[in-house]
Amino acid sequence: MIEASDEIGLSTTGERRAVVDAPGTAPTKDWVIVTRNLQRQYDMGGEIVRALRGVDIAIRRNEYVAIMGPSGSGKSTFMNLIGCLDTPNAGEYWLNGLLVSTMSDDALARVRNKEIGFVFQTFNLLPRATALQNVELPLVYAGISASERHKRAAEALDSVQLGQRHHHRPNELSGGQRQRVAIARALVNRPSILLADEPTGNLDSQTSEEIMRVFESLSTQGQTVVMVTHEPDIAAHAKRVVVLRDGLLSSDERRDQFAAKLGIDVAGAH
Amino acid sequence: MPVFEAIKLAFQTLRTQKLKSAFTLLGVCIGVMFLITVVSIVEGMGRYLKEDLVGKLIPLNSFELRSRPNINIGDVDRSVWEEYRRRPKLEIGDIGPVRDVLPFGTKTAIVSNGSVDVSSTEGGKPRRMQVQAVDGDYFEIKSLGVKVGRPPSAQELERGEKVVVIGLDAAERLFPSLNAIGRDVKLGGIPYEVIGVAEPQGKVFGMSFDNFIVAPWRSQARRLLNSKPNEVDGMLIQSANEQGIPEAQEATRAVMRARRHLRPAQKDNFAMESSESALAFWNKIQGYLVMAGIALPAIGLVVGAIVIMNIMLVAVSQRTSEIGVRKALGAKRRDILSQFLIESAVLGTLGSAIGVVLGLVLAQVIAMTTPLPASVAPWSIFLGIAIGAGVGIISGVYPASRASLLDPIAALRQE
Repeated sequence: MIEASDEIGLSTTGERRAVVDAPGTAPTKDWVIVTRNLQRQYDMGGEIVRALRGVDIAIRRNEYVAIMGPSGSGKSTFMNLIGCLDTPNAGEYWLNGLLVSTMSDDALARVRNKEIGFVFQTFNLLPRATALQNVELPLVYAGISASERHKRAAEALDSVQLGQRHHHRPNELSGGQRQRVAIARALVNRPSILLADEPTGNLDSQTSEEIMRVFESLSTQGQTVVMVTHEPDIAAHAKRVVVLRDGLLSSDERRDQFAAKLGIDVAGAH
Repeated sequence: MPVFEAIKLAFQTLRTQKLKSAFTLLGVCIGVMFLITVVSIVEGMGRYLKEDLVGKLIPLNSFELRSRPNINIGDVDRSVWEEYRRRPKLEIGDIGPVRDVLPFGTKTAIVSNGSVDVSSTEGGKPRRMQVQAVDGDYFEIKSLGVKVGRPPSAQELERGEKVVVIGLDAAERLFPSLNAIGRDVKLGGIPYEVIGVAEPQGKVFGMSFDNFIVAPWRSQARRLLNSKPNEVDGMLIQSANEQGIPEAQEATRAVMRARRHLRPAQKDNFAMESSESALAFWNKIQGYLVMAGIALPAIGLVVGAIVIMNIMLVAVSQRTSEIGVRKALGAKRRDILSQFLIESAVLGTLGSAIGVVLGLVLAQVIAMTTPLPASVAPWSIFLGIAIGAGVGIISGVYPASRASLLDPIAALRQE
């Protein structure tokens, strides 16, 4: 149900098809994420479960994409593959011009460190470390010196309006503040994509809006954002909504198209 | 993650879990503590024996010519004892010929010793005391200083005058709260005048070395100590320096073998006792004592290692989401491996450092409250800490490798 020659996000359907239909060739640098026939299956005690059956997707730099789908659709599997936490059984995944689908564990770790900024539903901050130490963590594994780390982490915290809370521990921060620390941590190493998994799942509606505003502001500043969610209200904040069903792409629409289908009121659509 | 960062992280983690960390390092701490204590006491005993006991009995650069060895540290075979008893005793006629072959500058003295009933006019009933009947440079060789009064003159020794020098404890027992000088002690019923009280010689394992009486050999005192009047228990020979000892010993041996008409195949039927021979047995068993001192605490350390491993395994399973996050943020397998390995190494080293301190303290307490001496052996401190670090690393390998192999996706799924 992909509409032809439609501009969705920052790319047209035609452009995306051209990139996806060229197996084996590295995409140009303006395409951050390109998957071709991405497949992943699991052996569950003898029975093969095919979580992804061949997903083609192309995301251009600075796009703001929401990935939706019911449970069992393969969206978690897809997110793990995009985040380089897992490798596919078949197909290609090109991240920022690198073919990561065949990389070793150590190489993937390096890619995660440099290219991916994770934001989790449960924040996943180190409970015994301060906000600053939490934000520094990706830089520690990147081998950055201590003084440089402190500087960049402080800047990252300032950019999410937590300048006064550098030395607070997570249990001294509200849910919204914790998620902002997680966002600062995700951004501190200047990744290609901000990959958020149900970022508002543990937050109340007001705080959720707060975090959505942060994402929007990041997108405006040029950051590529990929957000996995099962909540349509949240998905509607993105400029492009991709829906997975049964391990395959089900729809790929503009925000206003998606919102209209579900009757969601989206302020300032597109 | 660089090693320095990992060590800082380990301390940070330990600090936030003080009680659990304390229990974890208890095993290593106790094992190392006992190791240090035992080694300190064994070292102390060794040093004591070498410097104090043997040093007191055998003066520097000297050896004693006797019919059989005087100091036997350890068990002597029954057959060896029988042979010792059969040996002819030294006699006064041996002394001159031996002295004649000794190099210039060698000091000599003779001594016969034994326990005798001694009484004084003030002290009540007779007491058994050590009596030495001496001649020659006895006081110089033994560095036996006289605190009050004076040692016997060469003439008094030559003539066998009835004068004695007594030890501090002997003076206290025979003449309590009195000045002993000028008073008489009775050796075998015969009065001897006290002309000097010796300087304190100290204690060894609680036994006093100040309970003695020194009389001239040429007096009647020797008859109380030897069955025959010309018998001598030993001849002290002191070289001018350490290098002179072998020469003096060889010369003495030659003379004595000739006098005893020994054929070349026959062994010596006399002994020349130097500090080396006296300590030979101690040197032999010291190695075994130290090994026992290490082997037994080693059992405690094995327990300590098992404790560390188990607690680290628990820690890893409790911190799976932390491990998952670190991996998601870019930690490689070896980063996680080194993080946990260093954490358990730090635990082990910290435990052993505390154990070393406690062990030294315990050794001092034992030294102060029992006759056992303690002496710090620096090598045992390094060994203790190295063992702690080693135990930490070895017991951390399995938990750390488990942690490093965790699947980040599964790890992140856990809350």
